[in-house]
Amino acid sequence: MKKIIVYGPGCPKCKQVEELARRVVKESGLEAVVEKVGDLKAMMAAGIISTPALAVDGAVKSTGRVPKPEEIKKWLEE
Amino acid sequence: MSKASSCSCGEKPADPKKPLLKWLGLCALGLVIWGLVYFKLAAFSSWLTYKLFHLPAGERFSLAVEFLFFETPKVLMLLVLIVFVLGVVRSFFSPQNTRRVLAGKSEFLGNILAAGLGVVTPFCSCSAVPLFIGFVTSGVPLGVTFSFLISAPLVNEIALVLLLGLFGWKIALIYLTTGLLLAVAAGWVIGRLKLEKFVEDWVYQTELGDESPQESPDWSQRIAHGVTAVEEIVGKVWLYVIIGIAVGAWIHGYVPEGLLAGIMGRAAWWSVPLAVLIGIPMYSNAAGIIPVVQALLSKGAALGTVLAFMMSVIGLSLPEAIILRKVLKPQLIAVFLGVVGLGILLIGYLFNLLPLEQILKP
Repeated sequence: MKKIIVYGPGCPKCKQVEELARRVVKESGLEAVVEKVGDLKAMMAAGIISTPALAVDGAVKSTGRVPKPEEIKKWLEE
Repeated sequence: MSKASSCSCGEKPADPKKPLLKWLGLCALGLVIWGLVYFKLAAFSSWLTYKLFHLPAGERFSLAVEFLFFETPKVLMLLVLIVFVLGVVRSFFSPQNTRRVLAGKSEFLGNILAAGLGVVTPFCSCSAVPLFIGFVTSGVPLGVTFSFLISAPLVNEIALVLLLGLFGWKIALIYLTTGLLLAVAAGWVIGRLKLEKFVEDWVYQTELGDESPQESPDWSQRIAHGVTAVEEIVGKVWLYVIIGIAVGAWIHGYVPEGLLAGIMGRAAWWSVPLAVLIGIPMYSNAAGIIPVVQALLSKGAALGTVLAFMMSVIGLSLPEAIILRKVLKPQLIAVFLGVVGLGILLIGYLFNLLPLEQILKP
């Protein structure tokens, strides 16, 4: 089971990434949970200074942008 | 019409194996088509107004309609082009790299670098807080961080495009230069005031983890960045552009010349502080405010007053101040607003005193 974490302090784009991640998981049928983290200290601990950011199993994959659905799918399949 | 023309290079499906030359070729082709359409706009708008709609020449209403038909596609086309180019340019920058460049820089040089990087680093004011913490905990001086935070929203591509399209390149250049100078000077002043104690205590205790690995996009991805930027930004502001230009067109057609000279002219000394005070709580993007401001200028408002109003609307926003409250104590927020507001005031007075009207006629 993979774990996707979407980091964001609550901006519109952050919500967009969270929804996108959930959709990709649902549509691809891959086993993964999506979690949204808004806590600033957790963001800093992950080395993220630009949001929205997305991490899969602890590895930060994208920062400061809304990734494409295909990208998220690729990261889940890695 | 604007979209089909300048972005043909981006509308092709992205294939990462295509060489750079092909992308450049497509972009050059797109640019040529863009140029052909752009330089026909004046003829097109007068044809639309007088031939197609048969509006009588010389009437106020006809002039306002012609203005609307000409300025709207012109500004939207400029917006598409510049947002695309800057989108590609920004793919070379990231907040992480900017932070690394700025960490440990001496103050004055750091302020200059930060103001410049503020223009090209991708930044959304909603991530101002993580960025602020990331900067100050990794050794970027407080004042340098502020230079970045002032320049990033103030000197933005939307403002520059609208100024370029509606006022001409001289005012766009003045805005760019004074905006950067303001960011450098205000950041430097804040740094000199030694206000670190007014940063919330937990910020400096925060541990910044290992950096996330850098993405290194190839050219097709960089082009895709540009296209995404166009979709996002133009998709968001096109309506403001049209409304702003429509209001501007109405002012052009119906407000008598010189009406505003009394209240917004250079003789009214109080109009500059008033413009700043009204501008700070207003949160409009540049797209809506600049066409209106352009019309005001043509009716006798003074350049300095107008510049001050624009800068305080675009550069100082209450929502951003509220977001920053998470990491800054109220005293520091007050100093930030005060120093930047004062800087804008000085710029306003300076441009009202300089005899610039003749140079700036479009």
